[in-house]
Amino acid sequence: MQDTMINSLTFSHYFFTGAVLFVLGMIGFITRRNMIVMFLCTEMMFQGVVVTLAAAAALHGNITGQTFIIFVLTIAAAEAALALGLVILLFRRRQTLDAGAWSELSG
Amino acid sequence: MSPEVAAYIPWVSGLSAVICGLFCLYPQYAKFAAGVCASAVGVGFVIAMGVWFSVPAEGFVNPEPLMRWIEVGRLEANYGVYLDGLTMIMLSVVTGIGMLVVIYAAGYMRGDPGYARFFAAVSIFIFAMTTVVMADNLVLLFLGWEGVGLASYLLIGHEYHRQAAVNAAKKAFIVNRIGDFGVLLGMFCIFDVFGTVRFEGFLPAASELLTGGNGSGLTGEAAVAFAQATEVLKQGGGWLLMAAPFGLMVGAFGKSAQLPLFVWLPDAMEGPTPVSALIHAATMVTSGVYVIARTMPLFELSPYALPTVAVIAGATAILGACIALAQYDLKRVFAYSTVSQLGYMFMGVAALSSTAGVFHLVSHAFFKALLFLTAGSVMHALAGQLDIRKISGLRHKMPVTFVLMGIGCAALAGLPVLTAGFWSKDLVLATTFDRAIATEGGTAFIYLMVGIVGVVTAFVTGYYCFRVWFRVFFGEERYEMGDHHHGGDDGHGDDHGEHGHAHEPHEMDWGMNGPLVVLAIGSVFAGLLLGPTHVVEHLIDKTSAEANALRVGDDATKYEKWVHNLMYAVSAVVAFASLALAFVLHGPWRKVEGDDPVRLKAPRVFGALNSKLWIDEVYAALIVYPVRVMGSVFYVVDAVIVDTVVRGIGVVPRLLGEGARPAQSGRLHGYGLGMALGVAAVVAVTFYAMNRGG
Repeated sequence: MQDTMINSLTFSHYFFTGAVLFVLGMIGFITRRNMIVMFLCTEMMFQGVVVTLAAAAALHGNITGQTFIIFVLTIAAAEAALALGLVILLFRRRQTLDAGAWSELSG
Repeated sequence: MSPEVAAYIPWVSGLSAVICGLFCLYPQYAKFAAGVCASAVGVGFVIAMGVWFSVPAEGFVNPEPLMRWIEVGRLEANYGVYLDGLTMIMLSVVTGIGMLVVIYAAGYMRGDPGYARFFAAVSIFIFAMTTVVMADNLVLLFLGWEGVGLASYLLIGHEYHRQAAVNAAKKAFIVNRIGDFGVLLGMFCIFDVFGTVRFEGFLPAASELLTGGNGSGLTGEAAVAFAQATEVLKQGGGWLLMAAPFGLMVGAFGKSAQLPLFVWLPDAMEGPTPVSALIHAATMVTSGVYVIARTMPLFELSPYALPTVAVIAGATAILGACIALAQYDLKRVFAYSTVSQLGYMFMGVAALSSTAGVFHLVSHAFFKALLFLTAGSVMHALAGQLDIRKISGLRHKMPVTFVLMGIGCAALAGLPVLTAGFWSKDLVLATTFDRAIATEGGTAFIYLMVGIVGVVTAFVTGYYCFRVWFRVFFGEERYEMGDHHHGGDDGHGDDHGEHGHAHEPHEMDWGMNGPLVVLAIGSVFAGLLLGPTHVVEHLIDKTSAEANALRVGDDATKYEKWVHNLMYAVSAVVAFASLALAFVLHGPWRKVEGDDPVRLKAPRVFGALNSKLWIDEVYAALIVYPVRVMGSVFYVVDAVIVDTVVRGIGVVPRLLGEGARPAQSGRLHGYGLGMALGVAAVVAVTFYAMNRGG
């Protein structure tokens, strides 16, 4: 049963999963106001992209996509460190994690 | 010394200009500026003297120009020199008088805050002026011509903190622009006809056209120029040839302060006195005479050019002299006198005699420089006092200046035999009458009238200059110190502290009087040395400046002898008569003190002359005011129409910005949504494009 399930998975399932992850992340980013949650949402969008890359690599039968994933993950890690630092900094300034507290660039 | 060396004369002064300019930046060295400038001009004089005898009578052109400058198509204008008798006379006057004036100025300008700047500008002037007289083509001449205009502007405005000086400098510059435009037009006409602006090209060609030759005697450039000119004339380009001298004439009238462009010269006396002596009396203002003498064949080609010059010259001579006789300002008297004497020079060249014009130029350079510098001495001694109503009987206080100015006045009045002015003025007038005899009809009448006007002017000249001399130096001793602290006074205490400079006039030291003595010797003996010996004539008569009409015959037949003899007698009588009149009205036993007896007798006439016949006011009403009105109109058009359009264009981007402004909400979510929508749009477009392609 399980084998059948797994064998019946096609490439479009993987692509679909990636797309869903990405869109969920995007919706979360746009709707949530907590900056940490927003940051986590961006991570989720990364994962969506990564899944898509992996699927594409399998589809084409080479490792270009997987090589790319390594880079993306590395950058995501660095970016996570930086972004969390920024979030803490912003929190110290206003004592809130609400992204709406920062709107000085209003035109 | 090889004639080529002369090409370096301007550059010595150019170097001096750079050095003096550097002294402006390092004030501790400023005191050396006068020495640098004087030696540079002196070196120029020595070179001029050194090459004097190696210059052939027909003229010398250096085969290779010192520097290449402009070579475009057929136009060739390089830094080359053209030396002949005329050039050598001009060079000696410019560098010789220049050196004397610079030595005088070394003392006169002492203590001036712009000491180094003054000598830098004088060096620029000598550089440009020697370029004018040595240039081998019209374009280079024009470069120097503008250069002397620049130097004149800088030096008139030397005391730039005084509004009057600034205005005078601007006036000189702007009036000269009109003349310069004329020179340009003349130059264009010449290039159009002859295809060259080089003197060795178009001057012989013009002479050949004049004598009606077929050009077979010409070689090289002159032959090419002649061929082109013949071609142009065949195609109906004769009017260019007729127009060229009129263009050059306007330039000459502007630079040499003739009617109607003379108004700048009297105002130019706002500059320091040595400048008035060197630039606005002895050298720069004579460059117009030089240009006409240089291009004499062109002027001969047009039947109307020289009579026009004669009329303007005569009118200017009498007008300048009449205005001079009603002025109270010492320097203004001499300024209008310069205008009037320049008229004489133009009379000389207009009568086809470059000799007469240039001879008067040389003697005038001596005595007018002398007169200006002695006037400067009086001004210096009296702390800027120039009003002859307030000065009287200075002969005991300033005995040397008294004698020197007397010599200058005698030369200007043309007292017989022993003064330069006598010989040169005579030659001018006699050649004018010669011309009247040699021509017929209207031209003869013009020359006759101009000659008569010249004689009358000689009388007025003698009267006004002795009027000044008697007023300033004779009668009871009486003077009011001026309140004008020109730069020379500040540092003066160092030299003359014990004299109590501010309280009492005193004689100049010999550092300043020395050059004046040399000028005085020149004013006396230049006439005897150059006049009866025909030196100037011999220098000129082989050059292209000698009129073709005078090339026939020898000295004996060239002029009507009796005219000259008669002229000597008439001049002598006129000079003594004017001296006598001045003696009666202004001499030691004069009846009227502190005013002019003529004013008391004929207040209207005197007042009119004293107000310079309201010429400045007429110009203000006819030219300056309309131009100002036009300027205001343009200003309004600019402010209302042009500015509105430009501002309207400026509003468009701002409105666009206003429209796009709400997009910048400043909220992170808004930007996130924007990005998401953007990505969605890109994906949608890509998807659509791929599906359609597939």
